[in-house]
Amino acid sequence: MADHLLEVRGLSVRFHTAQGVVNAVNDVSWHLDRGETLAILGESGSGKSVSSSAIMNLIDCPPGEIASGEILFEGKDLLRMSPEERRRLNGKRIAMIFQDPLSHLNPVYTVGWQIAETLTAHGRPGDEAFARARDLVSRVGIPNPDAAMKKFPHQFSGGQRQRLMIAMALGLKPDILIADEPTTALDVTVQAEILTLLEELQAETGMGLVLITHDLGVVAEAADRAVVMEGGRIVESGTPHDLYHNARHPYTRKLIAAAPGRGDMRRPEEGAEPILSCRGLTKAYGAFTALDAISFDLMRGETLAVVGESGSGKSTAAKLILRLEEATAGEALWHGEDLLSMTPKEMAKARRQIQMVFQDPTQSLNPRMSVFQIVSEPWVIHPGVVEKRRWRERVAELLEQVGLKAEHAQRYPHQFSGGQRQRIAIARALALEPELIICDEAVSALDVSIQAQVIALLGKLRDELGIAFMFIAHDLPVVRDFADRVLVMKGGQIVEQGPVRRIFEDPREGYTQRLLAAGLDPDPEVQRQRREARLKLSA
Amino acid sequence: MSDITAPAPAAPNPAPPAKSSILRMLWADKFATVAVVFLGLVLLCAIFGPLLLGDAAGGQNLRARNAPPFSLERGWLYILGGDALGRPLLPRIVVAAQNTIAIAAGAVAASFVIGAALGLIAGYSRRIWSEVIMRLADVIMSFPSLLLAVIVLYVLAPSVLNLVLVLAITRIPIYLRTTRAEVLEVRERMFVQAAQVLGASTFRIVFRHILPVILPTLLTIATLDFAFVMLAESALSFLGIGIQPPEITWGLMVSQGRQYLTSAWWLAFWPGLAIILTTMSLNLLSSWMRIALDPTQRWRLELGGRVNG
Repeated sequence: MADHLLEVRGLSVRFHTAQGVVNAVNDVSWHLDRGETLAILGESGSGKSVSSSAIMNLIDCPPGEIASGEILFEGKDLLRMSPEERRRLNGKRIAMIFQDPLSHLNPVYTVGWQIAETLTAHGRPGDEAFARARDLVSRVGIPNPDAAMKKFPHQFSGGQRQRLMIAMALGLKPDILIADEPTTALDVTVQAEILTLLEELQAETGMGLVLITHDLGVVAEAADRAVVMEGGRIVESGTPHDLYHNARHPYTRKLIAAAPGRGDMRRPEEGAEPILSCRGLTKAYGAFTALDAISFDLMRGETLAVVGESGSGKSTAAKLILRLEEATAGEALWHGEDLLSMTPKEMAKARRQIQMVFQDPTQSLNPRMSVFQIVSEPWVIHPGVVEKRRWRERVAELLEQVGLKAEHAQRYPHQFSGGQRQRIAIARALALEPELIICDEAVSALDVSIQAQVIALLGKLRDELGIAFMFIAHDLPVVRDFADRVLVMKGGQIVEQGPVRRIFEDPREGYTQRLLAAGLDPDPEVQRQRREARLKLSA
Repeated sequence: MSDITAPAPAAPNPAPPAKSSILRMLWADKFATVAVVFLGLVLLCAIFGPLLLGDAAGGQNLRARNAPPFSLERGWLYILGGDALGRPLLPRIVVAAQNTIAIAAGAVAASFVIGAALGLIAGYSRRIWSEVIMRLADVIMSFPSLLLAVIVLYVLAPSVLNLVLVLAITRIPIYLRTTRAEVLEVRERMFVQAAQVLGASTFRIVFRHILPVILPTLLTIATLDFAFVMLAESALSFLGIGIQPPEITWGLMVSQGRQYLTSAWWLAFWPGLAIILTTMSLNLLSSWMRIALDPTQRWRLELGGRVNG
């Protein structure tokens, strides 16, 4: 038993809140060996981050309390050590990287200084630390390391920042690296690169890697073993292959079933007339062109997926169509009339037919309005759509249509989970019975199983009400089962567009191929083939 | 990302507050309850004080000059002592409440409404109006407010209304700048964009979506400003251009008692205490309101315990 590099035994952590005691993790045990990658898989609220926070001494006590258990690092119990001893281990022997690298890098210091600081903090002399920092920056694949050392965090892209965080964590050659959702905020192609980098570094140094993630694809790509957590307990553990093919626990099965990109692909209907035609839509911010003369059609009742990585201009296109920002050039014909040149009065009328669902429902719902006020607001704005005495009844209908209950109308947004909030936002979009709903990353912020439910809901509404969707996403598998046609964007331009089946089975452009190959499949077998294809493409 | 998110509290009454539940939430915060009772008392003094005690407050009794407090020899009116002319302090404080509250509330309300309105325009319109309004605020701010008051009150007669006007003008930039800064932040929030997509008018976006979010901040500033205005009014009275005796305000009483501080501290102390208690009560009330008006915080009060802080 003492052979393991790190072992967590029977750990229970609870938090004292105003509502009473919350058990964040309950009797959790796992272990990690040298040179091994352990994935901790779970959705938000499953407690997957809590045990690593306990290892790094990051749990605030109070309100947190470690109720029982031990954490053995090389046979010694971390929980019985003095704070000073733990500080010496943190960073030096056990290092950690986080989801959002920008908030963990100090904006007022150069990255070279910050990386060197982690070394000097543990007693290395200054110039030696700086030389080592330069080696590290170069090792994690930042081009032109000497210049990069003198730059500030905001001058790097998200992927580069994560590389810098990794460089910082590896500075003291730790035995264990804990990575908490290291790739969640990154584009798919960058995600694949970061995971590859971690794997290479692990092979060089022989460190143990704990990978905390919500993504089955990441597990399939990178993990040697995985534990699945739900509601603060470990429900199942095993190799990715076993978990995927012989899942025993219903929760694991549910997670696997919820992974997108499994179902049948749809076939667009022939001969439908376009309701929205964009021609030469352009948006420039000074010298920078965010959107470069894109043209596309959207047919009645059709689902058009717009896929692209961050900075591809996909959200800008939606904002221009809705006049949230003014276009530099081009036109957007809505039933033959140009949305971009409408007067405010005409536009207010057109807005009835085009609605939008935003990425983050926490922010898109006014926290001071009740659900009833939120869903009925469109009728206040557009009088005459629904008579006032029918509002209560109609709100109840809409809430039931999106899978909520009528009595939820009196509550406020903060009393719902993320998935339920997005349902409220969808109910609001449906209130005016629009012809087109633009979904801007509407499911990206949601857990996988919730994501599947929301997409199923959108599909149901499309079939029942004949609503057309413009579905903006950064993730290809999500749109695979849902879209009729796909439009791939990069750098403000349309790279490729076509029916969903053709894009997925016969991508013609190199970028689309790379995007498809970079996506992570939850099936370890499929993922192995895909990785080979990816390496071939990048070679 | 932390997974340690506490589950949303199951608030017992999530519906918008009815009258009874407002009272219950007030009762849950004992400090706010006391504050409301005190403010009610002050308001009653302000309304009925001059009617009931007007004569007593003006009556001189030269034998009671600077009479010490806590003595019932001269009757209960002299319980807080007498002033330099032998007038009883307690009725004077009660009577002075009317002028004090009228001036302070008038000035704060006027500067609040005008400042917030201009701030909303400056923050939400991108056009030239924003520039004009902000430069105007800069001008008011760079001009010493006391000097402005002296000039205006020298030209116009010093009356309650003019005093309110002058004090309001000097306080407008406080609300204006805060409102504008908050509007600039809130207007970029997603739910404002969502309202735009629904086709909401500018009026609706500003008053239904932006204003409720920034109102708690403004209310907190207003309560703090209440004390400032009371003292500024006394400074003007001291200079001889504010409220003139025999009219009285708390601020005037403080400044009149100033010269006797070493020999008869109670002359300045009691009206000063009235100012402090009024301001503190307003402050407690505003911090209770901040929680009671916010649906995500309301559960703290609905649970009944005092867990806010």
